[in-house]
Amino acid sequence: MSSFVQWITESMFLWKSLIILVLFAVTLGIAAYSTWAERKVAAYIQDRRGPNRAGWGGLLQPLADAGKMFFKEDFIPAKADKWLFILGPCLSMFTALMSSAVVPFGNSFLIDGKPVIVQGIEINIGILYVFGVVSLGVYGVMIGGWASNNKFSLLGAIRAASQNISYELAMGMSIIAILMMSGTLSLREITQQQHGGNWNVFYQPLGCLIFIVCAFAECNRTPFDLPECETELVGGYHTEYSSMKLGFYLFAEYINMFASSAVTACLFFGGYNYPGMDFVQSQLVAFLGDTVGHNVATLVGIGAMFTKILFGIFFFMWVRWTVPRFRYDQLMNLGWKGLIPLAVGNIVITAIALLSGYKLVGIWAGLAVMVLIISIFWSLRPKKKNAVLGA
Amino acid sequence: MQFLQNIFNLPPIWYTFSILSVLTLFGALGTIMSKNPVHSVIYLIVTFFSISAHYILLNAQFLAAVNIIVYAGAIMVLFLLVIMFLNLKEEADEMKNNKTIVAAVVTALLMGGILILFLRRSDKQTADKLNFSSQTGMVEVLGKSLYGEYILPFELVSVLFLVAMAGAVMLAKREPGERHF
Repeated sequence: MSSFVQWITESMFLWKSLIILVLFAVTLGIAAYSTWAERKVAAYIQDRRGPNRAGWGGLLQPLADAGKMFFKEDFIPAKADKWLFILGPCLSMFTALMSSAVVPFGNSFLIDGKPVIVQGIEINIGILYVFGVVSLGVYGVMIGGWASNNKFSLLGAIRAASQNISYELAMGMSIIAILMMSGTLSLREITQQQHGGNWNVFYQPLGCLIFIVCAFAECNRTPFDLPECETELVGGYHTEYSSMKLGFYLFAEYINMFASSAVTACLFFGGYNYPGMDFVQSQLVAFLGDTVGHNVATLVGIGAMFTKILFGIFFFMWVRWTVPRFRYDQLMNLGWKGLIPLAVGNIVITAIALLSGYKLVGIWAGLAVMVLIISIFWSLRPKKKNAVLGA
Repeated sequence: MQFLQNIFNLPPIWYTFSILSVLTLFGALGTIMSKNPVHSVIYLIVTFFSISAHYILLNAQFLAAVNIIVYAGAIMVLFLLVIMFLNLKEEADEMKNNKTIVAAVVTALLMGGILILFLRRSDKQTADKLNFSSQTGMVEVLGKSLYGEYILPFELVSVLFLVAMAGAVMLAKREPGERHF
């Protein structure tokens, strides 16, 4: 037994647990304050004030909302499948919280001379893990929607399922182009390869665009929020939900936003890298010594990562209060006839550029040729009545 | 007492394996025994998850991830979607037919016999501990063997997939003049 205690104190187990707990708490905290930020952003865009009663600038509003949610009546419809009705929001929350486990939020802390990485777990299939968790995210919505025994809920669930399946394909293909460039599945290695301003967004502008659009669709955010489209489906898949079960569904959406912003930042915007990183690190090491300097530099890197994540969340909100919702056929056409062919084209262009040896120039030239070809075909297409987007 | 002693002395991985096996069998039995098709699908998802965990125990991370993405994440979502659309209410009365029961019993006995026979005949080869590479199940090794040693079967399978995809598109293609909305 004593050897076990010794192992715990000597190994990095405690520090690692602390980092995982802090990351978990920060995820929940940011998700909670995203609800406040969303209402503030909406208010600013619509020329209102937003929540301003609970606390300074309404800062206590998330706590008030959570309290309200907990004390509301928890109602389960009579003909509902009780266990699945409870399972739905649990699954939603579970899958949302799982996805940020492999995201590297920062470099490493030196503790007793040993590096402890700022990441839940480092595995060599990082992207596949994220992708797997994302593909499971739809179960919460589907099971909850079906178990409610309500036709609006069922319609919302079916919409969510078909939308997620459609956009997962394009998302996976946009990631494949990144994998071809980096040659690894580990998110940490992909982040480290972007060191020194080599952000993937400069090499993969189209891939980044496709990934962000698909992330919006996977998070069920406007303009892709058809599963909970109020004007057609009352409340969509959560029509029958009340109390904290509804709260979990809504909260899971904000956690998903956080996670997808984090993954986007890692894949395309350099993660914890920032311009002038080596200079800052060398200055800090010179002033504070090796260990402290390294740790402070890591903290600055974490700050850079969270700045990118927060901007990503703000971007989600910005789009939500700017762009109207798609019609369902437009959604499907955009996914299947727009994004997937573009993603395949992107893969081909990336492959040619990598083989030719001129990575940056090759990709941009290839994209320019593709845009040219598409615009020629677009201008020559036969005119038809009721043409919809992407058709 | 000796039996209990033996159980306590087993390596921790054995406990993990036992718990996972119980979970797998629980999911598999639930799949075939639940009356509601939606419950069946959910039990099947549980089974896929525990099989993925078995892959991770065998150090095959890529296989585990792909099993989750493809089976649990895509195929089962489609199953669930179709079952929700069908909205099956009445219980199927297949088990009331005597012929079905006889056929099922015969098939199960034959299948079980064959499985037992093969398990007994198969040589119980364990991994060579000295020459075993811990990277065997990893992505890099898998990719190299797929695109090196097994390139021809791999390409043939991809042609098969392409044909299946083209067939699905052909089936779903709208005939002229059939539009009802």
